[in-house]
Amino acid sequence: MSALNKPLASVGPANRVTRTEETHPLTWRLRDDGQPVWLEEYQRKNGYAAARKALTDMAQADIVQTVKDAGLKGRGGAGFPTGVKWGLMPTDESMNIRYLLCNADEMEPNTWKDRLLMEQLPHLLIEGMLISARALKAYRGYIFLRGEYVDAARHLNRAVAEAKAAGLLGTNILGSGFDFELFVHTGAGRYICGEETALINSLEGRRANPRAKPPFPAVVGVWGKPTCVNNVETLCNVPAIVGQGVDWYKSLARPGSEDHGTKLMGFSGKVKNPGLWELPFGVSARELFEDCAGGMRDGYTLKCWQPGGAGTGFLLPEHLDAQMYAGGIAKVGTRMGTGLALAIDDSVSMVSLLRNMEEFFARESCGWCTPCRDGLPWSVKILRALERGQGSREDIKTLLGLVNHLGPGKTFCAHAPGAVEPLGSAIKYFRSEFEAGVADPSQAATTGQFVPA
Amino acid sequence: MTDALIKTDRFVLSETERSAIEHEMHHYEDPRAASIEALKIVQKGRGWVPDGAADAIGAILGIPASDVEGVATFYSQIFRQPVGRHIIRVCDSMTCYIGGHEAVVSEMQQQLGIGLGQTSSDGRFTLLPVCCLGNCDKAPALMIDDDTFGDIAPAGVASLLEAYP
Repeated sequence: MSALNKPLASVGPANRVTRTEETHPLTWRLRDDGQPVWLEEYQRKNGYAAARKALTDMAQADIVQTVKDAGLKGRGGAGFPTGVKWGLMPTDESMNIRYLLCNADEMEPNTWKDRLLMEQLPHLLIEGMLISARALKAYRGYIFLRGEYVDAARHLNRAVAEAKAAGLLGTNILGSGFDFELFVHTGAGRYICGEETALINSLEGRRANPRAKPPFPAVVGVWGKPTCVNNVETLCNVPAIVGQGVDWYKSLARPGSEDHGTKLMGFSGKVKNPGLWELPFGVSARELFEDCAGGMRDGYTLKCWQPGGAGTGFLLPEHLDAQMYAGGIAKVGTRMGTGLALAIDDSVSMVSLLRNMEEFFARESCGWCTPCRDGLPWSVKILRALERGQGSREDIKTLLGLVNHLGPGKTFCAHAPGAVEPLGSAIKYFRSEFEAGVADPSQAATTGQFVPA
Repeated sequence: MTDALIKTDRFVLSETERSAIEHEMHHYEDPRAASIEALKIVQKGRGWVPDGAADAIGAILGIPASDVEGVATFYSQIFRQPVGRHIIRVCDSMTCYIGGHEAVVSEMQQQLGIGLGQTSSDGRFTLLPVCCLGNCDKAPALMIDDDTFGDIAPAGVASLLEAYP
């Protein structure tokens, strides 16, 4: 049962749909057979042309400005403008040891997009990092990869070796005088490593507790040096922006979208054709759900859906007309997150689903700050009681209190706010399911079995 | 006295382990950064990280053994007790929950006679939960050692396990 005989986990619809360089900058190079695209083929498909342009024809400030003008935003879930993040890096020549980190710790529940890019297009990430490092004057980069992605690690390491041998990494790259070395660093498993300052602590060989911000990593990052942390998909957008230009990039999204370019979007759950597709920002969630994923499997009805990961709120079927871009999803009350949506069908109990989700968030709390460390297990305890039909009348109030007390700005990092976002929206839309878990007090009084959670 | 209590084994790094750790150190500005990789190097050959490894790794990296231990106990892929020959990691994230992972887990528990976090009495399997494996279009998903599997049904568990003697 060798992994070598099996297709890569990331092979799916993204390999099968019709793709062009003009419309699918991230995925057009994917092979129909799902095998990785190595250096020779990558270069034949125009690979490293953008890096050549950036390193030999463009000033560093021009690369930063191009990415700013393109309106590229982080693809890891938070959606912070990449050009602005890059602009925070110091320009002072005396601070010449700088790092570029790629956040490849993809662990958000229901997210499998970076895996596709790293398993099948490792050189796209390397080219994106090379151009970005040049723009930021970083001399060294690390790809912080989650430990479970063993195929991605193997492919990235092989691709780094290929690039080194071809003079695309190392010293005096492409005759530009620019030096950049790149390492693949594999993690050892904790969700919190995806938080950028926790990632920095983990890379330094420490427990992955988040750091206080400010100072931001751009000022004090890994080993105290200016550091920029970008997501895999974000970095993979850079070659096309530099190679094909801002005007082209800005023409990709659908009318009405304030975000530019394309996005790896997905739909999973009990849909007919679960998968991942590169789509322009601004497509409606309905298009993603019905045209790409084929709607629900026979016998299942869509009850609600989550637009992009465990940390985003639930939306109802009527919200499927929302456009998939940050502002479009914000209009219906939550965040787009990673853009990989999950269908929740009518056979799923919201109380049980939230119990499963909060068990995950509680387990993965790093334990650093009290509201998160104590609040999340508390929510689990209550949800388990409600699931058994042994909740108390106060429980829903307590849960809503936790939603409030663990919300944005009240904890050390964004872990707990992400944990309570789906909880708050689940109670908002499906309150009766939670109320049904409250033990009948009259029965409790007669049987004497009622134990408050 | 304290030493005798803490060091339950006479741990010595092999030459291969030592040179692998020293090689890793040079990838970073500060040797401490190699601590996680060092633990993985030890675990690779021994299956787990014995108590004395923290001292030995700390000595090479120039950091206290307590810091190495702090790292070892933080990360879920570092094992501080012996595990089975094969590690089963069952994804328990919401997508796999909807896909029916709980039925897969109970089938495994029944076949192996163990609960999550335990090792079968023949030392063959350790069963662990894991965060989203990024295989959500093929839920429920799991890993056995380095192999990822998707669309697992309880009925397929027996034949899956057979492939790992």
